Amino acid sequence: MSALNVEPNLDDADAFYAALIDAHRGLSNEQSTALNARLVLLLANHIGSAAVLRDALGKARQSVDEENAA
Amino acid sequence: MSSGRQNPVYAYRRSADQDADDAVARHHPVVIVGAGPSGLTAAIALAASGIHSVVLDDNDTVSTGSRAICFAKRTLEIWDRLGCAAPMLEKGVVWQLGKVFFRDSQVYQFNLQPEGGHKMPAFINLQQYYVEEFLVDRIGELPLVDLRWKHRVTGVESRADGAQVEVETPDGTYSLSCDYLLAADGANSLIRESVGAVARGQEFHDQFLICDISMHADFPTERWFWFDPPFHPGHSVLLHRQPDNVWRVDFQIGADADAAQALRIENIRPRIDAMLGAGIRWDLEWASAYTFRCRKLDRLVHGRVLFVGDSAHQVSPFGARGANGAVQGVENLAWKLARVIRGEARNALLATYDTERQRGAAENLLHSTRATDFITPKSPVSRVFRDSVLRLAKRYPFARALVNSGRLSAPCRYDDSPLNTADSDRFSPLARPGSPCPDAAVGVAGNEGWLLEILGGSFVLLVAGLPVPADLRAVPDLRVLELGVDFTDATGDLARRYDLVGGAAYLIRPDQHVAARWRRLDVTAVGNALRRALGCEL
Repeated sequence: MSALNVEPNLDDADAFYAALIDAHRGLSNEQSTALNARLVLLLANHIGSAAVLRDALGKARQSVDEENAA
Repeated sequence: MSSGRQNPVYAYRRSADQDADDAVARHHPVVIVGAGPSGLTAAIALAASGIHSVVLDDNDTVSTGSRAICFAKRTLEIWDRLGCAAPMLEKGVVWQLGKVFFRDSQVYQFNLQPEGGHKMPAFINLQQYYVEEFLVDRIGELPLVDLRWKHRVTGVESRADGAQVEVETPDGTYSLSCDYLLAADGANSLIRESVGAVARGQEFHDQFLICDISMHADFPTERWFWFDPPFHPGHSVLLHRQPDNVWRVDFQIGADADAAQALRIENIRPRIDAMLGAGIRWDLEWASAYTFRCRKLDRLVHGRVLFVGDSAHQVSPFGARGANGAVQGVENLAWKLARVIRGEARNALLATYDTERQRGAAENLLHSTRATDFITPKSPVSRVFRDSVLRLAKRYPFARALVNSGRLSAPCRYDDSPLNTADSDRFSPLARPGSPCPDAAVGVAGNEGWLLEILGGSFVLLVAGLPVPADLRAVPDLRVLELGVDFTDATGDLARRYDLVGGAAYLIRPDQHVAARWRRLDVTAVGNALRRALGCEL
């Protein structure tokens, strides 16, 4: 797959979200940041495609830049 | 500009029980405690199955304040079968569009518009006091329901063969007994305490402030939900229309807010004005501050005491799963209790009220808890994720699926219920055993009708295109409806939703859930499935 999929693709979006929040339960902010970093690295490796990852990095950065500009 | 609504007052009446010396005369098959949506619906549903009940309520009127306002399609289908939906549909506000805002802009909208071929809309908004009033009106037409206002239950004693109930009235106390007691006495159930029933779950500390305001404004009939809006920073707000130009505004005010202060009109006014903008005139109809719990009883059946509604399970308001879940639970119980009382099924059938509705309650709890966690993040990282989802949702469809301002009430499928006969033939999963029957447009004697109307409230065998053997027609409590003879597939809904074609058959339960289905009608299989659905195999 060469394009980043931004359409809904999770088997069970609500269950994933609950599991994501649950994974952070009891962690300090610093530990949560570390968890998120590891998660990104794991998922990036799974995705593999440089083009898809570049697209994801760009979209994520753009969203944060827009928020700060607003 | 106030809506001018005044609740009806129902007079206390002395009952014959109060003058009967004989305990036998004061014995009833069913006593229902609480005349809210659950208790009233239970009485009507039991009457529809020929069972007499006594309903005891400590008040003399309907709900104070609008309380539950969103009633889902499945609930309306149940009430329609019980003959009470027409005035609700006439008075209620039909809505299907929901919009979600984050800070100062819209991020997402959803449309609940169902496909065609359903009699009932996806949702109506209607104040709980109207719902209760229409249910009471319906009871007025039912001689099998003895509804007693200002009869306050002060004590309940559970026994092996029933229950003893102590009642206090404006002119003295009396006691009565029953074979089955339905505890519909709400979130602070006295009966729950008396029988030692244990509720487990989660308590949430965030407080919410509900304001019902009346105004003439151009807001459309939509559900608007704001995360962190400029007029109420850091919290959520819900705006939803009700009949009589009344609008529900629900402000999250946080765990540390002073609820008594928040309820003062001089503090409500600036909140509402900030939201509506200057120049819009409105009046306060009702305000209430609340916190909530998401919890349910370990067991809904305690001997002869059966818990329904808020006494059995409580959820957060996000998703409208409280009253809707309650009515679906009552529907599940009523047909079973009626058949046990009529001697057509054993007590084991009642135990499946617990198994099936534990599943329903667990589903409602899960969805309402997840919505609550999304709406009120409990940690900084949880808030970062929540806000990131909202930011991304504006541009990317995948994130919209993660936005959770409440997953709106949908009926439970009783997958894995011991009353189901598993599919032995290949079918689409939509109407699999355990599923609530999807409605369908049908033709009946040349007129347009609805499948759920013709199913009624007994066991039904739907058959397509095979002659039905006489011994199936002779089974009591089973009605046979033949496609092409008793009804037609007017628009192809039955073929699409049920695959009800050439020789296929469906066994439908009295609560209009699918019990079993076959590609080819088989008399022995139908008999076995019917016995299973009545709990004879348990």
